[in-house]
Amino acid sequence: MDSADTDWDGVRLHVVTGKGGTGKTTVAAALALALASGGRKVLLVEVEGRQGIAQIFDLPPLPYEERRIAVAPSGGDVYALAIDPEEAMLEYMEMFYGMRRAGRALTKMGVVDFATTVAPGFRDVLVTGKTTEAVRRRGKNGKRVYDAVVLDAPPTGRITRFLNVTQEVAGLARVGPIKNHSDLVHGVVKSPETAVHFVTLLEEMPVQETLDGIAEARAAGLPTGGIFINMVRESLLPQATLDMAVKGRFDIGDLALGLKSAGLADSADAASLAEALADEVVEHARRTELERSERESLAGVTLPRYDLPLLTDGVDLAGLYELADSIRNQGAA
Amino acid sequence: MKKPATLDIDAILDDRGTRIIVCCGSGGVGKTTTAAALGLRAAERGRCAVVLTVDPARRLAQSMGLTELDNTPRLITQGDGDGQLFAMMLDMKRTFDEIIEAHADPERARQILSNPFYQSLSSSFSGTQEYMAMEKLGQLRRSDEWDLIIVDTPPSRSALDFLDAPERLGRFLDGRFIRLLTAPAKAGGRSAFRLLNAGFGIVAGAMTKLLGAQVLKDLQTFVSALDAVFGGFRQRAEMTYKLLQAPGTAFLVVAAPERDAMREASYFVERLAEERMPLAGLVVNRVHESPAATLSGVRSAAAAEDLETRGEHDLTAAVLRLHTGRMQLAAREHREQEHFVSAHPTVPVAKVPAMTEDVHDLEGLRRIGELLASA
Repeated sequence: MDSADTDWDGVRLHVVTGKGGTGKTTVAAALALALASGGRKVLLVEVEGRQGIAQIFDLPPLPYEERRIAVAPSGGDVYALAIDPEEAMLEYMEMFYGMRRAGRALTKMGVVDFATTVAPGFRDVLVTGKTTEAVRRRGKNGKRVYDAVVLDAPPTGRITRFLNVTQEVAGLARVGPIKNHSDLVHGVVKSPETAVHFVTLLEEMPVQETLDGIAEARAAGLPTGGIFINMVRESLLPQATLDMAVKGRFDIGDLALGLKSAGLADSADAASLAEALADEVVEHARRTELERSERESLAGVTLPRYDLPLLTDGVDLAGLYELADSIRNQGAA
Repeated sequence: MKKPATLDIDAILDDRGTRIIVCCGSGGVGKTTTAAALGLRAAERGRCAVVLTVDPARRLAQSMGLTELDNTPRLITQGDGDGQLFAMMLDMKRTFDEIIEAHADPERARQILSNPFYQSLSSSFSGTQEYMAMEKLGQLRRSDEWDLIIVDTPPSRSALDFLDAPERLGRFLDGRFIRLLTAPAKAGGRSAFRLLNAGFGIVAGAMTKLLGAQVLKDLQTFVSALDAVFGGFRQRAEMTYKLLQAPGTAFLVVAAPERDAMREASYFVERLAEERMPLAGLVVNRVHESPAATLSGVRSAAAAEDLETRGEHDLTAAVLRLHTGRMQLAAREHREQEHFVSAHPTVPVAKVPAMTEDVHDLEGLRRIGELLASA
């Protein structure tokens, strides 16, 4: 697939957020693989210090260093970076001010500790700063080093504050280098080069948080991306059966016959087994119905939606590639 | 798999000695719902309980049929006898403001509250939430109006930020940085500088260069104005920390039967042990079980295949496929829990089955409470 065919042509910073438990890190990793396929170079950034990327790719903990962690389908590289705020601060000071020595002194005095933990807003500034630096970085040939950067961002409830924190800080520091830095970060985050994607499940609370998160991001002027519906289960049963089962009606007699025919039970067992399985069907039908109505709620916001299948064996490397394929096939990368 | 001990929720709730229950766990595992369900069950068993939630998503409010919670406990329902359930949602800015107002004279309080650095710190920077949650917990406990406080911990980026908050604050206050910032004001100017080493010159220079002179000045004003308040603040934070270690506290680690959540749960259990915090047990939410568990996934799949090849009983085959998927999921969840149990065999466990629909009302919470207690 040509890059021009994707929905996010021109986007270079993909921010992936989602409610806890929706599989945000998994989707970010799969998106990075999908974006890299066909010979491109993508950086996957982690900011919460959880080493989720290392776990997903089955690697030892990642250092504060960009390193290649995976090869994408039909060529292409995924690099990963776990941002450590303290290292980022020292690096930032050295890079912009040549103040390595002062940085060490600040560390000793607990200033770095203060800036990165006690006033975590500064931590967010450093993290978004480092990320946008990677987005803007150019090689010796003048070309961008990374074709795209995927940020495994904080959860939906915090995402707008996280991306807007530079503005917050810019409000505090009305002039000076921090202000300039904040403006730079802000320029990238609010530009059409950025898209904030939301990962959700077809469940009530994640969908509600997604809708709230989208509204909040829009109100803050952040460029919204797509909605990734994760862990989608295909229903194996015909719609007519589901419609009946939702009302608690399911023909046990027929099922019992089928079970007997399959040699699963003699006549006495067949009835009780059929009954137990019928309970399962009714529950499945109710969940399917709930998923349908959640899907409708999501359709209310005009953002592209992508379905990612539930991986029955849990998320492993093979599963990640499967998700990446699915992302590409749906035109998200 | 070794069978873990069963977590006896009712014994914890009925024990009048239990004064605080802390629900902790990674995001999205149902901490808030668990906290609310425990609160309701406690109230219905005669306790006067308050649920403190710090989750900005207002989920607790939803599940209790309230549209909004604010910074003071509201009566949700009357239980048996003396039993009552209150709930509140933390408003971190208001909590912070109240501390300032209570501990500084009006003039100084005004100075602090109008300082731009304070305004940012108290309202928009994440992390303040953890301090304020601890502060609020301490306040509720000291008021002694409720005989059971159930806290739902903030969805922190690192799991136990709320435990680290008081210590970190202490470290910061004892640090040379704060002394540096407050020293000139305290000692009335230059005399203090003599006490400090050459590092100060570099640091002050670097700070000015980094932040700009105006920010440094705001920060300095803020820190010196807050200095008086901080003393008591820190003392209370330490008291709350000790309170958490006391026998009247029960920590419940909440998880879902998924790899990440169980891994995080293991980490919590280990951290709590390190901090000598009393762990009551593990709650595993959203466990998938099958009413037809006697039919194994393998047999079910084979039977489905058999029917499919024969082209008979399409619907039965589909139902068997559905059941196979269900059993596979159950088996995977079981494995994830097994890892935890073998690493922490002595931790009591309660399992709550997955529900088709989310909890919206007291009836739903009551049902969760029953499931928790019967696990």
